[in-house]
Amino acid sequence: MFRTALRNVLAHKARLLMTTLAVLLGVAFVAGTLVFTATLSEAFQRSSEEGLTHVDLAIEPDEDSEAAESTPGGARNLGQDLLDDVAALPGVESAIGEVTGFAALADRDGDLVGDGFATNGANYAAGSDGTAEDERYPMAEGRAPERAGEIALDSTTAERTGYGVGDTARVSVDGPVREETVTGVFTTDDGNVAAGGTLVLFDTATAQDLFTAPGEYTRITVTAGDGVSQEELREAAAPLLPDDAEALTGERLAQDQADAIEAGTSGMRTALLAFAGIALFVGVFIIANTFTMLVAQRTRELALLRAVGASRRQVTRSVLIEALAVGLVAGATGLAAGVGIAVGLRSLMNALDLTVPDGPLIVSGSAVGVSLGVGVVVTVLAAYLPARRAAKIPPVAAMNSVHAPATARGLLVRNSIGALFAAGGAALTVAGIGSGDKGATMGAGAGLLVIGVFILTPLLSRPVIAATRPLLSVFGVSGKLARLNAVRNPRRTAATASALMIGLTLITGMTVIADSMSKAIERMASESLRSDYLVSMANFSPLSTEVEQTLAEQPDVTVITGLRSSPALVADDPDARTLTGADPAAFEQLTDLDFEDGSFEGFGGTGVLVDEATADDFGWAPGDTFTTTFEDGATRELTVAGVFSGNQLFTGVVLDSATLDPHMERVQSFEVLLKTEGGASEAAKSALEGVLGDNPAVLVQDKEDVSEDIAFVFTLLLNMLYALLAMAVIVAVLGVVNTLAMSVFERKQEIGMLRAIGLDRRATKRMVRLESIVIALFGGVLGVGLGVFFGWAVGELISDYLTTYEMVLPWARIGIFLGLAGLVGVLAALWPARRAARLNMLEAIKAE
Amino acid sequence: MSTFAAPPPAHATAAAAARATDLTKVYGEGETRVVALDGVSVEFVQGQYTAIMGPSGSGKSTLMHCMAGLDTISSGSTRIGDTELTGLGDKKLTQLRRDRVGFVFQTFNLLPTLNALENIRLPMDIAGRKPDKEWMDRVIATVGLADRLKHRPSQLSGGQQQRVAVARALAGKPDIVFGDEPTGNLDSRAGAEILGFLRNSVRELGQTVVMVTHDPVAASYADRVVFLADGRIVDDMPEPTAELVLEHMKRYDAKGRTS
Repeated sequence: MFRTALRNVLAHKARLLMTTLAVLLGVAFVAGTLVFTATLSEAFQRSSEEGLTHVDLAIEPDEDSEAAESTPGGARNLGQDLLDDVAALPGVESAIGEVTGFAALADRDGDLVGDGFATNGANYAAGSDGTAEDERYPMAEGRAPERAGEIALDSTTAERTGYGVGDTARVSVDGPVREETVTGVFTTDDGNVAAGGTLVLFDTATAQDLFTAPGEYTRITVTAGDGVSQEELREAAAPLLPDDAEALTGERLAQDQADAIEAGTSGMRTALLAFAGIALFVGVFIIANTFTMLVAQRTRELALLRAVGASRRQVTRSVLIEALAVGLVAGATGLAAGVGIAVGLRSLMNALDLTVPDGPLIVSGSAVGVSLGVGVVVTVLAAYLPARRAAKIPPVAAMNSVHAPATARGLLVRNSIGALFAAGGAALTVAGIGSGDKGATMGAGAGLLVIGVFILTPLLSRPVIAATRPLLSVFGVSGKLARLNAVRNPRRTAATASALMIGLTLITGMTVIADSMSKAIERMASESLRSDYLVSMANFSPLSTEVEQTLAEQPDVTVITGLRSSPALVADDPDARTLTGADPAAFEQLTDLDFEDGSFEGFGGTGVLVDEATADDFGWAPGDTFTTTFEDGATRELTVAGVFSGNQLFTGVVLDSATLDPHMERVQSFEVLLKTEGGASEAAKSALEGVLGDNPAVLVQDKEDVSEDIAFVFTLLLNMLYALLAMAVIVAVLGVVNTLAMSVFERKQEIGMLRAIGLDRRATKRMVRLESIVIALFGGVLGVGLGVFFGWAVGELISDYLTTYEMVLPWARIGIFLGLAGLVGVLAALWPARRAARLNMLEAIKAE
Repeated sequence: MSTFAAPPPAHATAAAAARATDLTKVYGEGETRVVALDGVSVEFVQGQYTAIMGPSGSGKSTLMHCMAGLDTISSGSTRIGDTELTGLGDKKLTQLRRDRVGFVFQTFNLLPTLNALENIRLPMDIAGRKPDKEWMDRVIATVGLADRLKHRPSQLSGGQQQRVAVARALAGKPDIVFGDEPTGNLDSRAGAEILGFLRNSVRELGQTVVMVTHDPVAASYADRVVFLADGRIVDDMPEPTAELVLEHMKRYDAKGRTS
């Protein structure tokens, strides 16, 4: 039996090609994901280890300590005393106080270098006398920064921007532009730089001024003297530590970083594998379809095997061995393709300036095992039902002269089950909207509904495809034959269309949700804000108050307020909450809040506004008072002036910044809202930007910019999802090609007859192409329909949290999706249609 | 040989529905070269029912395929009416088959997705032509299918299916109808019925029918039998009877075995 099975695989090479390709793509996706994430993880691991070679012990503020938890401001920075004490410990060779924070660098064109998130600033630790060399940053050119106004750049950044020693570069930390002289270019094994970030070094005093406070450090790193172990060092340092700081050995630090990197990449891996899973799931339909067709075509052959004494099990097994062979081949080639994808992705990321640290390609044994296993298991499982069906062929079928025709047998049972699933699923999905269980019911309902629709597609295919009649009749007899052929084998059409449906359901659903979300957030921003401009840092780090002072001095700025943000303990709640500070008079003019109770009246001083959720938590009404512990530990009685209905821009407690500022460690705003004389205009905007020194790190946005930003984020997200789902669609296209090729093969005689009685090549091609388009559009319509339904249902859930949410149907996009489905049909038909048109008429019409 | 394959008399030329002159068909090259038709000249007169007979491999099917525009020829010439087939492209040939030739095959004559009437009208639907209603009715009446028009092929017997095929071949009022073993898959009663209809279409509807067969009884329905052996025409029998044909066949079979 084994030999028979293998011989069958070889005999049907061409017919198994599409199936193999479908499995191959899914496996390649899995293998690519595993290899790429492992390689990435390893590369980051290495670079972070290199960055830790100078560190035997690190002392850091401990945010998880009890002391940090009980103060609203969290753990404090580390003091100069601590650094001096640690440096004086026996066994310590050197101790460096580090100060790090965000520092944006503008290139020569005034644009931000890097994406704003990986642009760091730090101190060059020159020791207490200011002359020592910082071994972390050896200077390749020039000298280290020694005073305010001087900086050093990492060599990669210097090369990228063209800045050299003596040049003036523009840097911004929290808003105001600083013109700095580049005094040196250094090399570093800093992991962030290796990953494509920029690093700007200041002298320690300047760095402290910018990022912490004089004499404060964000971290202290210690190197041990000869013969002193990291653990000994940690024990020696322990008594010196304040209770909101902790000391970690270099090994522990490396381990923590490794864990963090692993956590980061495993999230990415899971997400990618989910999409690989979808592609494989789509592949299942194609495999099942192929084997069903192969078994049907071989009915006589299999019956003959049974007639000469093969048992049912042997027949089943022979089909499964065929599947196994296909799975192995697809798994192995998929693995190879996956490794190729991983290599390609890394070069692509490098080409896109998303620099990945160098490192070897990691193809682990488990990646190989999983890829091959997935290929084999998916193929064999998908072929199981057709294999069972093969075993049921009675030996007497060998004597019949015709192929066993596809029967409508079992469709009644199938339809009843399908209807039950679909109705139950739809009902559960709708019930899930109000259930408040965060989508669990809805998820189950969606699953059931999709399964129900899968089961029902053969039934649905008839009316849906019949509906295309008026359209297809334009194409004359080709259109008519295409329509009839498409419903000839409803199960096959259904499985083919279902494969396409899966991808389109997800694509449509996500588009509906993303578009609606984008519109909702945009609406929220425009409805609750009355300001003309919103000023913030590009990376959303805090802005210096200098920015709002500068802006307030402008004659055409009429109303302005900075929005502060500060953690605090409110009433008797042990969890820290965020206070928003603003200028009361300006806040009233710049925002548009809906009050549930009370009003702006009384807002200011100790009178505060709270959102509905917070008011509900504590049972507050206007006039109630509560105690607040600020981040510096001071407490104050505050009075509720108004309760506003929740919105995403303002939450929690809003109070007078005059009340809040004295208690903030660094008085900074996360945003500045303002109005100008004459409203928003390009001129006003560039005037404001000019006042701020055309600083690339600061964003001045009007409402339209905000909307565009929001839309951009969602577009980016959607495009990524489209790219990931593209694989599932490609696999589905292979499925359509496969089905058509098989259909053309099965209808060889029929096509030969048609050609003989006068159907020309063009019309023959058109017939196959139209059948393909009809099947693809059928899948497309089902997918778009289900996608819109799920988009609506999930939207109903979202609207509980996002009050401005309203479903937006992206008609243009839906049109594009259906157009794409049609295009899929055209492309998939290219080869089968050619085959049909080129068919040797004489061979085809000869009796078998 | 020339006695049997003599060029037809000049007066018949005007009434020829199809004519082959010195038709040669060669398959393969070198070692595998096979001459399927070796300089065949034959003419099928309008309004006549001709059977082509011969043992397997004699080239009778090839002759039909070449003359019907289903296959290309190696040399010589073949015409349908006044149209020379040699040198026509696939598109022109397809059009010619569609508009001027009718076909009845041994198997797979009908599209299972279309009902009987739709199958009959198929060549005209392909051409985008309106069928001649009166003619259609006559054809359908001749083959006796009036009450079966809405049936699908799977709901018809083999004989009924072949009658639909005959009706389809005649529906477009073609210049000539070619049949390739049209009764090969039928029992003798159904076969006799089909042969009767083909003869009626010649007698009553004035059609021209050429049919390839190896069945002497089938050949006896024809007005004339052309015998082929080894790619050449070896005999031409007017007014055949089953006995005469059988007698002839035995002779060639015996020859074939001894040579």
